[in-house]
Amino acid sequence: MSTLAAHIRSRRTAHPLVGLTIAAVVWLVLYHELLPFWNWVCGTVLQLPADARWAEALHFFLYDTTKILLLLVGIIFIVRVLRSFISLERTRQLLGGRREGIGNVAAATLGVATPFCSCSAVPAFIGFVAAGVPLGVTLSFLIASPLVNEVAIVLLFGLFGYEIAAIYIAAGLSLAIVAGFILGRLHLERYVEPWVLEAAAVAPGGTQGELRPTWNERIDLGIDEVRTIIGKVWPYLLAAVAVGAVIHGWVPTDFFTEIAGPNNPLAVPVAVLVGVPLYSNAAGVMPLVEALHASGMAMGTLLAFMMSVVALSLPEMILLRRVLRIPLLATYIGVVASGIVLIGFFFNAVIE
Amino acid sequence: MHTVKVLGPGCRNCERLTDITEQALTALGRPERVEKVTDPVEIVAHGIYSTPALMVDDELVMSARIPALVTLEEILGDRLSNME
Repeated sequence: MSTLAAHIRSRRTAHPLVGLTIAAVVWLVLYHELLPFWNWVCGTVLQLPADARWAEALHFFLYDTTKILLLLVGIIFIVRVLRSFISLERTRQLLGGRREGIGNVAAATLGVATPFCSCSAVPAFIGFVAAGVPLGVTLSFLIASPLVNEVAIVLLFGLFGYEIAAIYIAAGLSLAIVAGFILGRLHLERYVEPWVLEAAAVAPGGTQGELRPTWNERIDLGIDEVRTIIGKVWPYLLAAVAVGAVIHGWVPTDFFTEIAGPNNPLAVPVAVLVGVPLYSNAAGVMPLVEALHASGMAMGTLLAFMMSVVALSLPEMILLRRVLRIPLLATYIGVVASGIVLIGFFFNAVIE
Repeated sequence: MHTVKVLGPGCRNCERLTDITEQALTALGRPERVEKVTDPVEIVAHGIYSTPALMVDDELVMSARIPALVTLEEILGDRLSNME
C-alpha cells in the first residue's frame, strides 16, 4: 500500500481538487455497487444456496466488512483533512482564558476536532495551563478527545445503524462537557502537580510557528492517516463482523437478557467497573461489543461499557498521574465513571 | 551537522516517527542521527505541545503526524539542503 501511495504522489501533477473529485466519484460508485456486487458473487459466481444460513452469514460478512472498510477509508480521510485546519497550538489559543460553561462546550468540540495523540496528554496539559485554560475546560478536552472519534462512530454506524452512532456522539460530547464542568466547579487546582505550574510558567509564550500545510500536504495527511488506522483496526473489524455473522445465524440471543438486560439495575455499573481498567481503542473493543449485543445485552449497558473502555484506561491514568495528584485523579475517574453509568441507565430506559 | 530531534513521551507513535526519520536520514545519506526528547518539561520548553514532533536545529518540521517515508525524505531533504 505504501508503494501505491508513493505512486499516487509521484504522479500528482494536476490540481489536487481534480484528484479529490475522481477519488470521491470512485468511492461513491464502489459504495453504491457493493451490495449488487456481493449478490452477484454469492449468487451467480459461487452459486451459494439462497436459503442456507451459512451462505447468508458469508454474504453478510463479505458485504459488511467491505462496506465498513470503505466507510472508514472515506471518513478517516475527510476527518483528517478537515483536522489539518486546526492544531493543538491553535486550540490552546482558542481556549485560553475562556470562561467555564461555554469553555467546556468549546473544549469538548475542539477535543473532537483537534488532531491529538493521547500520549501527548502531559505536554498538552502543561500547554493548556500555560495558556490560562481553566482546569475543568482542559479536562473536557481530554475526555472528549479519545471518546468521540471517527473510528468509533463509523464502526457503530456500520454495525448498529445511524441512531446508535448519533446517540454515542451526543452522549460522548455531553459527558465531556458536564464532567469537565463539574470538575471545574470542585476547584481542585491545588491538586495539580506543582512542577506542572513551574514548567508552564517558563514555557515559551509563542508556540513553534504554525505550519500551514498546502492542499497536497493535507491530502498526504489524509492518506497517511487512512493507512495507519486501517493497518491497525482491520483485524478487529474482521473479528467484529465475523462474530456478528456467526451469532446472527446460530446463537440464541437471550443469553445475557436475564443477567444484563435492561431490567437489571446492576448491569450498567458492573459493565463500567469491568470496562474502566480495560485498555483498548474503539475498534479493539468492537468484537466484544458485537458479541455481547448479539447475546442480548441491553444497548445502554453496551454503550456504557464501550465508553468506559475508551474514555478511562489504566495507561492513560498513569500518564495523567504525572500531572494530577491522587485526589484530583480519583475525582476525575469517579465523575467520568458516574457520568457513564448515568448515560447507560438513561439509554436503557429510552431505547426499545 | 544539524540536530534532528524527535520530541514525544515515548509512545508507539513517537517510536514510529523516530524509526521513519532514521530511515529517511539514511536514505538521504545524511550523517545526522535522531536525538530523542522524552521529558515533558523539555518538550514544552521547545514550544511543542502536540507530539510526536520533529525538529531540525530546533525549528519545527512537523507535529502530531507520522508521514510516509517518501514524504519525510522529501521534506527532510529540502529542509536540510536549504540550511546548508
